[in-house]
Amino acid sequence: MDGTDILVSSVLTVITAATPLAFAALGELVVEKSGVLNLGIEGMMIVGAIVAFATGVTTESTILAILAGALAGAVMASLFAFTVLVLMSNQVATGLALTIFGLGFSALVGHGFVGVSYPGLIKLDIPVLSTLPIVGPILFAQDVMVYLSVAMVAAIAWFLTRSRAGLILRAVGENHDAAHAIGYPVIRIRFFAILFGGAMAGLGGAYLSLAYTPLWVENMTAGRGWIALALVVFAAWRPWRAFFGAYLFGGITIVQLHIQGVGVAVPSQLLSMLPYLVTIVVLVFISKGSVRQRLSAPGSLQKNFYAAS
Amino acid sequence: MRIEARTAISKPMIYIAPVLAIAMTMIAGMGLFLVMGHDPLASLYTFFIAPINNLDGIAELMIKATPLVIIGIGLSFGFRANVWNIGAEGQLTIGGIAGGVLALAFFEVDSPLLLPGMLIVAALGGMAWAAIPAFLKTRFNANEILTSLMLTYVALLVLSLLIHGPLKDPDGMNFPESRMFHDAALLPILVEETRLHAGVFLALAAVATAWVILGRHIIGFQIKVIGMAPRAASFAGFDQRKIIWLSFMFAGAASGIAGICEIAGPLGQIVPTISPGYGFTAIIVAFVGRLHPVGILMAGLLMALSYLGGENAQIEMNMPNAVTGVFQGMLLFFLLACDVLIKFRLRYK
Amino acid sequence: MGLDNGLQDGEKEGVQSLLSLRGIRKKFPGCLANDDVDLDVLPGQIHALLGENGAGKSTLVKMIYGILKPDGGEMLWKGAPTAIDTPSAARMLGIGMVFQHFSLFEALTVAENISLGIPEELAGPGLNERIVEISQVYGLPLDPTREVHSLSVGERQRIEIVRCLLQSPKLLIMDEPTSVLTPQETDKLFKTLERLASEGVSILYISHRLEEIRKLCHKATILRSGRVVSECDPSQETARSLAEMMMGDDLTLAERRSGTEPGPVLFEVSRLSCQPEDPFGASLKDISFALREGEILGIAGLAGNGQRELMGMLSGEVLSDSPAMVSMGDVPVGFLGPRRRRKLGLGFVPEERLGHGAVPDMMLWENGFLSAMQGQNLMSNGFIKVAKTIGFAHAVVNRFNVKTPGVDHNASSLSGGNLQKFIVGREIEQNPRVLIVLQPTWGVDAGSAAAIHQELMDMAANGAAVLVISQDLDELFAVSDRISVICEGRVSRATPVSETTVEQIGLLMGGLQENDSAITGLAP
Repeated sequence: MDGTDILVSSVLTVITAATPLAFAALGELVVEKSGVLNLGIEGMMIVGAIVAFATGVTTESTILAILAGALAGAVMASLFAFTVLVLMSNQVATGLALTIFGLGFSALVGHGFVGVSYPGLIKLDIPVLSTLPIVGPILFAQDVMVYLSVAMVAAIAWFLTRSRAGLILRAVGENHDAAHAIGYPVIRIRFFAILFGGAMAGLGGAYLSLAYTPLWVENMTAGRGWIALALVVFAAWRPWRAFFGAYLFGGITIVQLHIQGVGVAVPSQLLSMLPYLVTIVVLVFISKGSVRQRLSAPGSLQKNFYAAS
Repeated sequence: MRIEARTAISKPMIYIAPVLAIAMTMIAGMGLFLVMGHDPLASLYTFFIAPINNLDGIAELMIKATPLVIIGIGLSFGFRANVWNIGAEGQLTIGGIAGGVLALAFFEVDSPLLLPGMLIVAALGGMAWAAIPAFLKTRFNANEILTSLMLTYVALLVLSLLIHGPLKDPDGMNFPESRMFHDAALLPILVEETRLHAGVFLALAAVATAWVILGRHIIGFQIKVIGMAPRAASFAGFDQRKIIWLSFMFAGAASGIAGICEIAGPLGQIVPTISPGYGFTAIIVAFVGRLHPVGILMAGLLMALSYLGGENAQIEMNMPNAVTGVFQGMLLFFLLACDVLIKFRLRYK
Repeated sequence: MGLDNGLQDGEKEGVQSLLSLRGIRKKFPGCLANDDVDLDVLPGQIHALLGENGAGKSTLVKMIYGILKPDGGEMLWKGAPTAIDTPSAARMLGIGMVFQHFSLFEALTVAENISLGIPEELAGPGLNERIVEISQVYGLPLDPTREVHSLSVGERQRIEIVRCLLQSPKLLIMDEPTSVLTPQETDKLFKTLERLASEGVSILYISHRLEEIRKLCHKATILRSGRVVSECDPSQETARSLAEMMMGDDLTLAERRSGTEPGPVLFEVSRLSCQPEDPFGASLKDISFALREGEILGIAGLAGNGQRELMGMLSGEVLSDSPAMVSMGDVPVGFLGPRRRRKLGLGFVPEERLGHGAVPDMMLWENGFLSAMQGQNLMSNGFIKVAKTIGFAHAVVNRFNVKTPGVDHNASSLSGGNLQKFIVGREIEQNPRVLIVLQPTWGVDAGSAAAIHQELMDMAANGAAVLVISQDLDELFAVSDRISVICEGRVSRATPVSETTVEQIGLLMGGLQENDSAITGLAP
């Protein structure tokens, strides 16, 4: 293999590693913009992963598998939404509960699918364009979910900055009391945002089990949900930045895997630590700029909303 | 149906809500068993009653409850102060390694000081690991949920690194395990024929200490005020940073001690998996116990039962161990939901 | 249609009310907020809704605006019975409301804020131009592209008003609009309102400021404890007669003390400057003043000019850049926190009762502990002396007439006035040498406010040095010996109250010049 082939295949693996993070981070970004902190992403991703895998294996339909993954994430999210919005329970504890439940539940369901293999996602070859050197395979021969992720970041960015519904969502996240006083249905808006976030997390998980490693392994999300949370902060709640961040982290993950594969005399555990350590470093740098933080973080984030009427 | 604020919190509900949550968990659990093709009542028996039917079972219950209670108590201080330390599992790991290293370093020495030394070193190890998110939060305002969690993954990798390398038993046929600890480095067994070890006393001591501090000590008061109204804490002249540090140090020390209790207790050596997720389950224990020492004690026992139940279900009914996680998640979930009844009232319209 | 709308002198026969309320009732758990209220607002009329804090004015207008639903009675719009279920329904009828607490989104722009408050059809392209047009026509200039956090309070109010005006309202409800304005800005607002009234827009004007109502309003409906107690033409009344109608027989004004010679300086601020941590906060520039024994100094200023930051530095919650910037007696305390300053004899009352001065979900006696723990010796070896702390709380409750079922009740269960009495009393009971209070009677009923004013003056009479920082000029002129102004982080030189007027202070509140001459413009 020559240099360009290595380059292309590396970039392809980065895309595969980044896509689950992108879905999860974008979904959480919308949720947080509406003022809710969802620590249940990890749980929603893993449930999405197993449901998508199980559906794909039993029905042999990719579309159904993907939809099932999204739906599963949304169902988990609806539990979270009800508990946090209607019952007004603590957002941190509820998110954690959902993650622990999700990890257990997915392991339970996945028990029968260990060792089963899945053919992975088909790459769509766009005619003519995909035969271009280098750019061809990278941009025009991806599977449908990668294209979906790009479409989503564009759609979300447009939604938040240019649409009225997006403006209302931002307002709710900024100051839910004011939004309520004006007459906007804060709880309903947040509910839909959370469902969306759950569906996106489910899609991210589905991509893991259908494409990244087309297998089911217990706890296969390995903390990606948490990294997605960090990405949202890193992106200062801006969609394209979150997308870029996902690719950055995807890149780091791949790089350390490659270094391990090449057989460098560094213990594999140290390399595996890289993504987590980098997340911490990034968080520190972001948080230091507390003035900018204050302005970009949604003002009502994590505060429970009680409509006194 | 509407939710309406009560004019004063409902004291009876504080006690009823956990009971309600447990009941709902049982019902949901029975549904789960049914769906999986097992007899619901028999499964419930296998899960909740059978494991503690005999002396050995009760001993196992207390063994599992010990780390949960110790860590839960440690975490409860921070949670009350709105300091979200999610990294107890990592702090447990590092603390356990630290104490274990001491034991291995002195593996031929037979001194009564070794065990206390291990406990102290383990506490210090846990505190050191907890100091990282504490520092990052107080100095850089970095979100402690994410930092402490990331460090957990790092800690587990550190354990893996060490157990496959320097800590490996040289006479152990290359298994990733450390030497078995000698007698002076093991927690004394309390009851013959069981594995019940002296760590239980540490758990009880933790409960008592926390009860005293949170009840009537100024530190407990500061923690409560900071958690409920941070500006009032500033008004009173309480130092937020000090409390953040204290919260992490309590939790780190507790987690470290729990870690060494596992290693020097039921495990007897350092292995790649020191804990089946006690650090995370302890979070549930803290909440189910309402962040109150006695509540945490009871919640710890309940959660320990869920571990035993999962193991028993695996043996008796061939169910995957993951059913434990499902129960634990459900219980916390239902509890959070029922808690709403304390501050709010349901009105039917 | 023959509605009996209680014609007063000067009103035309047969003019139909725009809005009529008949027998309106609203009950909350534990209190009857509105009891059988009748109200008529004519087109083009500036109608005052007058009453002290807690009289039921806000509740009434919230029902008119569709935020709350009445439990009884009916509302008629242009003679026809209507149910106003939501704010959008109210807006569709042509009712606009400018709240006392603005519903604004700090991180969003003026245009975005306005867009959110108007129906979608109006929020389309061309909005920016219309905002500029309306804001100029009515004397409320606004730049649509600025972010709200960078605007002053007066400018923010304009957003609220323009938001209403864009919807061509027939009835504009204004809830305590001038509490955040200088006297000069108030005059500008009045011109805007008079112009609107001349165009046929009715204005329902809620206030407890008697002079303004006399100047501006055509008619006043007076509420007390949820009931209408009288209606009148305010221009025919005096401030005193309006006050009597508002408060009934409970009118007790605090007794002004006779002037005594102030003693030595007990607390001094010297060239205090600081940059805020909060990006939305104000910076303090070179502030100097002194508090003397036996004297009350008042600092007047509109919200957002540095009062909170100043309070933080005086109390010790925020430490100074150098120790000598704040000193008590001869001791530089700039680096000392609240506990050490309390030890030296400082007491202070922050602006916010719930959340700052008290923990809402803690019992009263625990809240007493917050500030008294050292001074009243309520700890031993780090353990709280419960019985003694409870005793202290009882002493405060009894001495200051705090109405509460018991000291084991949560702070949040007390009314605003009673909680404030407890918080102020908690400090006074500890006999501080220096007492600093910020907005001491904000949102407090007149009876409690008068009691608090009396306590402050008694403290000074007994030899303490008192500083009152407030927005309320009436309050400051009633209790202070000397008065100065805080504006944009600077504090003017203090003048004896007898040598200045509300107008002059108002001018200073509106803006200080860079050079000193305007600051010292008031001749001593």
